[in-house]
Amino acid sequence: MAIAIQQAPAPLPRRIRLSRRIVSTAGWAVAGTCLLVLSVMMVWILEVVFVRGARALNLSLFTTITQGTGGGLLNAIEGTFVLSAGALLLSVPLGVASGIYISEYRFSRWASVIRFLADVLVGVPSIVVGYFGYVALVEWGGWNFSVAAGSISLAIICLPYICRTTELALRQVSNDLRDAAYSLGATDRRVILGVCLPAALPAILTGVLLALAVSVGETAPLLYTAGWSNYMWDGHLTHSPIGYLTYAIWTFINEPFASANALAYAAAFLVTAFVLVINIMARFVLDRRARR
Amino acid sequence: MKFKVWLGVVAGVLPAALVAIVLFLAVYSWPAIHFNGPGFVVRDVWNLGNLYANPVTVHGVQIQPGASYGILFLIVGTLLSTLIALLLAVPVGVGAAIFLAEAVPDHLRMWISFFVELLMAIPSVVFGLWGYVVVIPFLSRHLFPFLALTIGRVIPFFAGPTGSGYGLLTAGVVLALMIVPIIAATLRDALVNQPASMREAALALGATRFEAMWRVTLPGARKTLIGATFLALGRALGETMAVLMVSGNALNYLPRNVYDPISTMAAFIVSQLDSALQDPTGLAVRSLAEIALVLSIISIIVNAAARLILVVWGNVQRSMAV
Repeated sequence: MAIAIQQAPAPLPRRIRLSRRIVSTAGWAVAGTCLLVLSVMMVWILEVVFVRGARALNLSLFTTITQGTGGGLLNAIEGTFVLSAGALLLSVPLGVASGIYISEYRFSRWASVIRFLADVLVGVPSIVVGYFGYVALVEWGGWNFSVAAGSISLAIICLPYICRTTELALRQVSNDLRDAAYSLGATDRRVILGVCLPAALPAILTGVLLALAVSVGETAPLLYTAGWSNYMWDGHLTHSPIGYLTYAIWTFINEPFASANALAYAAAFLVTAFVLVINIMARFVLDRRARR
Repeated sequence: MKFKVWLGVVAGVLPAALVAIVLFLAVYSWPAIHFNGPGFVVRDVWNLGNLYANPVTVHGVQIQPGASYGILFLIVGTLLSTLIALLLAVPVGVGAAIFLAEAVPDHLRMWISFFVELLMAIPSVVFGLWGYVVVIPFLSRHLFPFLALTIGRVIPFFAGPTGSGYGLLTAGVVLALMIVPIIAATLRDALVNQPASMREAALALGATRFEAMWRVTLPGARKTLIGATFLALGRALGETMAVLMVSGNALNYLPRNVYDPISTMAAFIVSQLDSALQDPTGLAVRSLAEIALVLSIISIIVNAAARLILVVWGNVQRSMAV
């Protein structure tokens, strides 16, 4: 019965008052318009970024470094990957470990505290994390603008994402698997590392990819921790600033020069394309697993 | 057992990060908190003082003569832009969620939802770029003069002059677009997961599909809606780059109409650090840290409230917006 109604809603009896029909139709029209507005905005943003970005793309962007208000983006592309790699290097082991803890020991009080605080930490504005990085690492730690300060700030942003996605991934693992492993005499450690983690690995990797997308798209936490540099990274973890793509978007769009604006559009193209590709990939991986 | 303890200790890095952020900001900004006092949040002036004079000592804190720090204009700017964003985003989010949950066929729903919710993944600096390049010209040339002539006749706050396009309403519009998907995604999930029996009962009683949605299914998801609105509120309060690029970055200025330039706490931290570093006593930088502290405490409260509403009250284990 329930299924029948869902598939073919009962035809409205003729006697429904005209006013009610008008209100209902208008309601759907308004709701549909809301969705349409959202879709149009999305298309508009994509249009601006990809059409103008594509016009600004050329090979020299990937082969030369920034010179004043022109040149290429090689330094920024390298910097974005160095900073994100650093952030993941720090946040993946910590995030996965805490995700394991709040999933596998989910009934302990400490786990619920961490779960709650992870959600709160997601909501802390990224500029607050950035200013904390500035105060604690750049100033107090004396590292100046540097890869280390930038990566640690980004890692704080990624950490709760990875923790929560790891938890959700592990929760998808059937309890039968755990029971079977325990009944064979395996310890907590064997069960988690040998059974649950491999089963949840694709979903955990998806979470890590999404965290990578977040870190590539962040600007505010890096402005006063990583600084900016027109040159390639010199390999030092501290005391040397580094460029990154989102800074190029923010700074070069404000310049009055066409060459600078082109750099901003190109950077926006690269960042947005990267972030969207990761999100679409993650969606397909999750979707394929969900259907299985 | 040792494995559990070891994991628990590592997991402690999350609370530690949160505590470290608040503690560091509090300790660092302590001289500023001491000097500014509670008047910090009600004074409407941000003045580094005479930077060419010798520092003087007031209340045991070294300052430049004439220095005074107050962030009323930032609080007003933050609250007003967030309010506008919510006023725009909640109805649009609810409408989109209703339409997605009920009017779109199952096989299309997944794709359309995914497309619209991709907005959440777009970096905020890209929203800022979009706002700066196309929204500001569009609004200032077409929409703002129209609004000033129509709504502006009735509500003085909407009357002209319509300014340059950088301002409160532009910031509100861009913020709204950034938070709509949070509301739409979380609510759509809740609507789809409402028990079908209630809806069927309403239909059996002769309600139209819209009435069943509006009067039965939607009220059933109201806790999720409130929680999602808090999440969106938290995001809007702390949004930095997009606001920075479209708000006009007003200093010591309270908006007289909806088109006036503003600044928010988050954007101000970015726009002012360079000039704050000119203050040899360092008090300006510490006052910025005080802003960050205020902002972090507000966002912690808002987000904690959102999670409590969603998880404890509304029984939502996880919203789409992580």
